[in-house]
Amino acid sequence: MRKKKVLLAGVALAMAFLSMVMLSGCGHDKNALYIYNFGDYIDPDLIEEFTKETGIKVVYSTFDTNEELYPVIRNRTASYDVICASDYMLEKMLEEKMLTEMDYDQIPNSEFLMPEFSANIEKFDKGAKHVVPHTWGTMGIMYNTEKIPEGSVKSWNDLWNEKYSGSIVMPDSMRDTMAVALKAKGYSLNTTKKKELAAATKYLIKQKPMVYKYANDAARDLLVGNSADIGVIWSGEYIYCQELNPSLRFVIPEEGSEQFIDGWAIPKEAENKKAAYKWINFMLSKKAALKNFDYLYYTIPNKQVKIGIDEKFSNDRVIFPLADDLKSNEALRYLGPDGDKLYTDYWKEFKSE
Amino acid sequence: MTFRKLLAAPFIFWIIAGTVIPLGVIGFYGFTTRDRNFTFENITAIFTAEHAQALLLALLLAAISTLICFVLAFPLSLILRSSGLGQKGFMVFIFILPMWMNFLLRTMAWQVILEKGGLINAIITSMGFEPLELINTSGAIVLGMVYDFLPFMVLPIYNTLMKIDDNIIEAAYDLGATHKRVIWNILLPLSIPGIASGVTMVFVPALTTFVISNMLGGGKINLIGNIIEQEFTTSANWNLGSGLSLIMMIFIVGSMMLLSKLDKEGEGNFI
Repeated sequence: MRKKKVLLAGVALAMAFLSMVMLSGCGHDKNALYIYNFGDYIDPDLIEEFTKETGIKVVYSTFDTNEELYPVIRNRTASYDVICASDYMLEKMLEEKMLTEMDYDQIPNSEFLMPEFSANIEKFDKGAKHVVPHTWGTMGIMYNTEKIPEGSVKSWNDLWNEKYSGSIVMPDSMRDTMAVALKAKGYSLNTTKKKELAAATKYLIKQKPMVYKYANDAARDLLVGNSADIGVIWSGEYIYCQELNPSLRFVIPEEGSEQFIDGWAIPKEAENKKAAYKWINFMLSKKAALKNFDYLYYTIPNKQVKIGIDEKFSNDRVIFPLADDLKSNEALRYLGPDGDKLYTDYWKEFKSE
Repeated sequence: MTFRKLLAAPFIFWIIAGTVIPLGVIGFYGFTTRDRNFTFENITAIFTAEHAQALLLALLLAAISTLICFVLAFPLSLILRSSGLGQKGFMVFIFILPMWMNFLLRTMAWQVILEKGGLINAIITSMGFEPLELINTSGAIVLGMVYDFLPFMVLPIYNTLMKIDDNIIEAAYDLGATHKRVIWNILLPLSIPGIASGVTMVFVPALTTFVISNMLGGGKINLIGNIIEQEFTTSANWNLGSGLSLIMMIFIVGSMMLLSKLDKEGEGNFI
């Protein structure tokens, strides 16, 4: 009887072991295209359309923040053929030689790109050789006019107004959260001066009891659902939010804001670069770019989109800003390992308060 | 004999791949700097204010959750023990039922319920009261812990209670013991092994959780689990994350050793 039990357990474990080996065996499909992108950052139908058009199977995974993406690529915990990340993270990856130089001959649709939006990329990657823009946006404040009079929110410092205590939503992402406080204090969001960072951290700690929640993607839902009245969101979210809750307004604070460009890049270790180029080219095609705009409402720096969309959008300065608007904003830069450490130290101090 | 040895191979592989190697990797990271030099700094880092604070808060919240779980689980197990046979299976079933749903989904459901624009506050405001601050507090985290881990307390206690011989209880009543006295002097001491394993199974996951505190704490409350998680994600400092994980292991192994002395029958082994 006991023997039988041992036998059974042995067989069960052997089976578990076998299935594990089999599963990991078919883990990486050489012919498939492995994409790593922010959550909810393309129209999901496009994956299927891409496969239909090119016959390439897609394995699509998502992450939440740039900082989550980095160790995955750095430590090669998984192999991806094409990734989408923000400018400052791409700068860091480029500096650490983690990205492939693009062969633009394989991306004919790159002619549709709008160069004025690539200024962020040009700063660290001359000629944008390693990064192809996907979306552009700025950070701003969205507030509910039912609770807060329209037009009264103008500055980042309004997020410290005690009248709104308990209904403020702040981002939960190191550089963005710090950027809000640094801009409110009138500093550059790329500062590495300890005095300025300490002041910003102190300012954030002061705000903490008034904050309802620190949230990234969930911020819009809290504002739409009336759980919060004022919060920091990205420009791309506001049309979507306004459609759901017409009393919401979006403002880019007078101190200037953080602007970003998120782009596609191909990691050095990519195993299927050919398919990666096809994917990037597909993303820049008129059909895909328009579809992405309709899905995301983020600025797609693509001439075909500017011509193709409704005039109320293409004339909206939040979506297609003028050259001057682009200049008053700052983009996050990669600050080197020492700068990174400085920010994480202050971030931890704020977090543990 | 050789056949028997062959059968053990998968177990040995399992232990090596699932325990020995990961522990070795964590140990390696924990005792080295980013440049691969030996250091104790990642371990002693627990004494810095922010880490020690997070650890103490985690210990406190885990202890409160464990206590609440026990206070809820013990009377419930008593009721289960004395209820009729037909109902008993059903009642246990009701308590295990939520465990079949994903634990993330269950926690997310609490988010929807507790949010300021959520279910409870919608009811409160519709009655004309001011909305309550429910979510993004330590209380919300404790609620999440209790909800998620309560079955792990109920099952072992219920199991030990079921094993107690009815004759012992009857003897106590025959000798004139009151209801209260039977519970206090007979049932409680005899169920200590179950309580001990229940406490371990609630306290350990509650101490190390970061998902519950992330979802119900609104990024405002930092437990040691959150710090470790952030070291692996935001800060990309795997060395410090591993060092702090080793400290956590000391706490976990310590509490398990302490409690296993009380749990001589090994009630904890059945899950």
